[in-house]
Amino acid sequence: MPLLSVENLTVTLNTAHGPARAVRNLSFALEKGETLGIVGESGCGKSMTALAVMGLLPENGWADGAVKLDGDNLLAYSEDRMCDVRGNRIGMVFQEPMTSLNPLHTVGRQIAESMIIHRGMNKTDARAEAVRLLGMVGIPEPESRVAAYPHQLSGGQRQRVMIAMALSCGPELLIADEPTTALDVTIQKQILDLIRSLIDDLGMAMILISHNLGVIYENVQEVIVMYGGTRVESGPTKEVFADLSHPYTQGLFAAVPQLDATRAARKRLQTIPGTVPELVHLPAGCTFQERCAYVTDACRPTPPPVAEVTPGHNVACLHSDVARKDWAAR
Amino acid sequence: MENQSFWRRCLSHRSFVAGGTLSGLLVLTALISLVWTPYDPVKQNLRARFLPPSWEHLLGTDQFGRDIFSIIMAGAQNSITVGVVSVSIGMAFGVALGLWASAKRGWTEELIMRGSDFMYAFPAILLAIMLVATLGQGAVNAIVAIGIFSIPIFARLTRGAANAIWAREFILAARAAGKGRFLITLQHVLPNIISVIVVQATIQFALAILAEAALSFLGLGAQPPTPSWGRMLDETRSMIFINPWLAVYPGAAIAVSVLGLNLLGDGLRDIIDPRLARKR
Amino acid sequence: MSVFLAKRFATFIATLFGATILTFLALEILPGDPASVILGINAPQSAVDALHAKLGLDRPILERYFAWLGDLLTGRFGTSYTYSVSVLELVKDRLAITMPLAILSMLLSAVVAFLLGVYAASRHNKAGDVTVMGISQLGISVPNFWLALLLILLFAVNLRWFSSGGFPGWHNGFWPALQALILPAIALATVQGAILARFTRSAVLETMREDYVRTARAKGLSRRATLWRHVLRNAMIPVITIMGLQFANLLAGTIIVEEVFAMPGMGRLILQAISNRDVVVVRDVVLMLAAIVVLINFVVDILYAVIDPRLKPHDV
Repeated sequence: MPLLSVENLTVTLNTAHGPARAVRNLSFALEKGETLGIVGESGCGKSMTALAVMGLLPENGWADGAVKLDGDNLLAYSEDRMCDVRGNRIGMVFQEPMTSLNPLHTVGRQIAESMIIHRGMNKTDARAEAVRLLGMVGIPEPESRVAAYPHQLSGGQRQRVMIAMALSCGPELLIADEPTTALDVTIQKQILDLIRSLIDDLGMAMILISHNLGVIYENVQEVIVMYGGTRVESGPTKEVFADLSHPYTQGLFAAVPQLDATRAARKRLQTIPGTVPELVHLPAGCTFQERCAYVTDACRPTPPPVAEVTPGHNVACLHSDVARKDWAAR
Repeated sequence: MENQSFWRRCLSHRSFVAGGTLSGLLVLTALISLVWTPYDPVKQNLRARFLPPSWEHLLGTDQFGRDIFSIIMAGAQNSITVGVVSVSIGMAFGVALGLWASAKRGWTEELIMRGSDFMYAFPAILLAIMLVATLGQGAVNAIVAIGIFSIPIFARLTRGAANAIWAREFILAARAAGKGRFLITLQHVLPNIISVIVVQATIQFALAILAEAALSFLGLGAQPPTPSWGRMLDETRSMIFINPWLAVYPGAAIAVSVLGLNLLGDGLRDIIDPRLARKR
Repeated sequence: MSVFLAKRFATFIATLFGATILTFLALEILPGDPASVILGINAPQSAVDALHAKLGLDRPILERYFAWLGDLLTGRFGTSYTYSVSVLELVKDRLAITMPLAILSMLLSAVVAFLLGVYAASRHNKAGDVTVMGISQLGISVPNFWLALLLILLFAVNLRWFSSGGFPGWHNGFWPALQALILPAIALATVQGAILARFTRSAVLETMREDYVRTARAKGLSRRATLWRHVLRNAMIPVITIMGLQFANLLAGTIIVEEVFAMPGMGRLILQAISNRDVVVVRDVVLMLAAIVVLINFVVDILYAVIDPRLKPHDV
């Protein structure tokens, strides 16, 4: 049985313009110790997927389908039972380390908090454990830093604190939602290396959410590419990147500047024309149809079926064969 | 097109409709009382003192036999005058100072803002009482004092809103086109912040009515025989044991007017700035 | 002392200084001569001149201002024309009514506002929220002196639970004195509480949208625990500011409500001094009240520094 199994997950948000489906019929599974990346532009539903797993959707939103942790459907859990899962079996790291820590509490207290509620530790033990965790995530002089307030730490250090907090109860799954987006480029790599080594050491599974293909490529075994709330392409990271099969994935890749590319190749740096569709007014068929170079009338009436490129590498596009050939020819 | 949807939003906003109705009632009462009241609100009739409410005297009569309903109607004039004049004073000087601070920046802004902060931190009503005490008791002085102490409120608000406009790109374009600060302020800044000022003016109107009622209640505001709700309350105070209803009507008139204006202001704010509405 | 507090202390001193200038000037423009008020209009010019010299009114304005400032700094307040006693003497007993009244109503309004505001925020957009906001809208619109009259009507005239006014004095025991303060305090606290409840609600709602609140929930804290441990303390920062600013209104309200309840407090004193044209009393009492307000706001700034570690000196 997989550790986490998401089945036909649909997230709906009530907006002023009507209900918006932020995630549509998303399914995936994650084994123990496995790492999965979710990639896509902002608004593609990747963060909503993470929040649905955590049971922390905004007040105007709800989830249908199933999110099974060790076979138990979390969507059917009561709020009380869900509190036992959050921070305990699933840890989460957010995008903004500057604002994700309470400015009025010491970092030690914030790390200790989840161990006190989930592990029943007393304050002294929890604080000692917080010092150990701070050392583990690479904060120098953890004994004195444990009493520091967030504003006394740099952005990178704060994100390390967030990681220590998420890992404090030894969760089976870590969800990292754009953990490095708000940080300096030089710090980004340090934080990602830290996360990866901790995942390996502790044998956790991870869902890494990013809009950055490079971050995904270097850090996870499996990848899901999302667009307009749906999965457009997925599979083992190496295979997907070796054989980009969806026009949208190709577009994302073409939009990434390559340092080692030749001058001619760099000239081809592209943007994807058009904008992300509004989730309230999603088209009936393929969600990418309005921006796609390969679109035909067949794309419009119904969502494209999922086809297997190679075993495990799936793509939801009627014209992926043509797109793949074109991409390979570039 | 846009105007039409603006009005539709207004009409579907509950507190705007309620506030607008009550405020409209206040203005209408004042206007009608200019030409007609059931009885002369000033004329005494000692044979008809303390009459209970009846069809002849809807709210009864007071200690001088005056028709209370007529005085309440005429009192609306006083409240509206107070609101209009004091808000005009506060708005004229406050908005000008705020715009000036925002356009000039530097020392001018610092000085104006420190001055407003000072007035803000200082018990304004106390100063109003003192000012009325020194200049002499009377409606005009009370109104002027209330107006003066709403200047810093408008100055702060205007400066904050104007600064946000000055940071926008179209201002940069206007400056690049060689327009001066004065012209930009008039053509671009003021029109863009006028809605915020109108909302505040509504709220200040309500506060002015309350402040004037308080001053008149203390005998520092409107003097007899001008019909004033605050002074009516003061006059009926000694008769509260004999005829408690006399104390109820003028207070209710103040409360309803203030409530109406506050609801109208809140509603307007919601409609003009939906982002703020969510916060509230 | 941190930079923040040093700055605030400078502002505190500057505001006090500004207050002295404002009160002094306001009375300088007073039409009419205090000497003729004291001596009567028909007094001979020589007597008026003599009194001018005695009161120091013949000296230039700047000199008089600084003489007054010097007196204030050395704790010597002026002498009332009408009572012929020091203002300090006049104020002593009256502050013992006004300050407890102001503090009692502040506490009352803070407790009510806190409970209502937090309740409304936790029921955002539900029936409870709408009801609380409706009631508070009504509370803001009611003039406090009218509410005072209604309270007297209900509790003193009809139910006879409280006396309709006056003050027995603290020397006759704590409870009778407190009982006399309750109705006036309720009249004052209703309006303040209504305003404060709205602020509390929006501050709590605002804080609930912060990223660190989501972090707390992701840690496994329940909604209630998150509200108590992470939202409230942060939300209190803006609420405390408003409480400080409102203290000025509260003191001004005390003046009026004391008048309604016939309590011999600062309000009575100042109103009598105004009708007697007792300029020295008006000036010094207004300044004292202003100083109290400014001091309260300075205390609020210190409270800030206690609550918010970002305002403490960096020592880690």
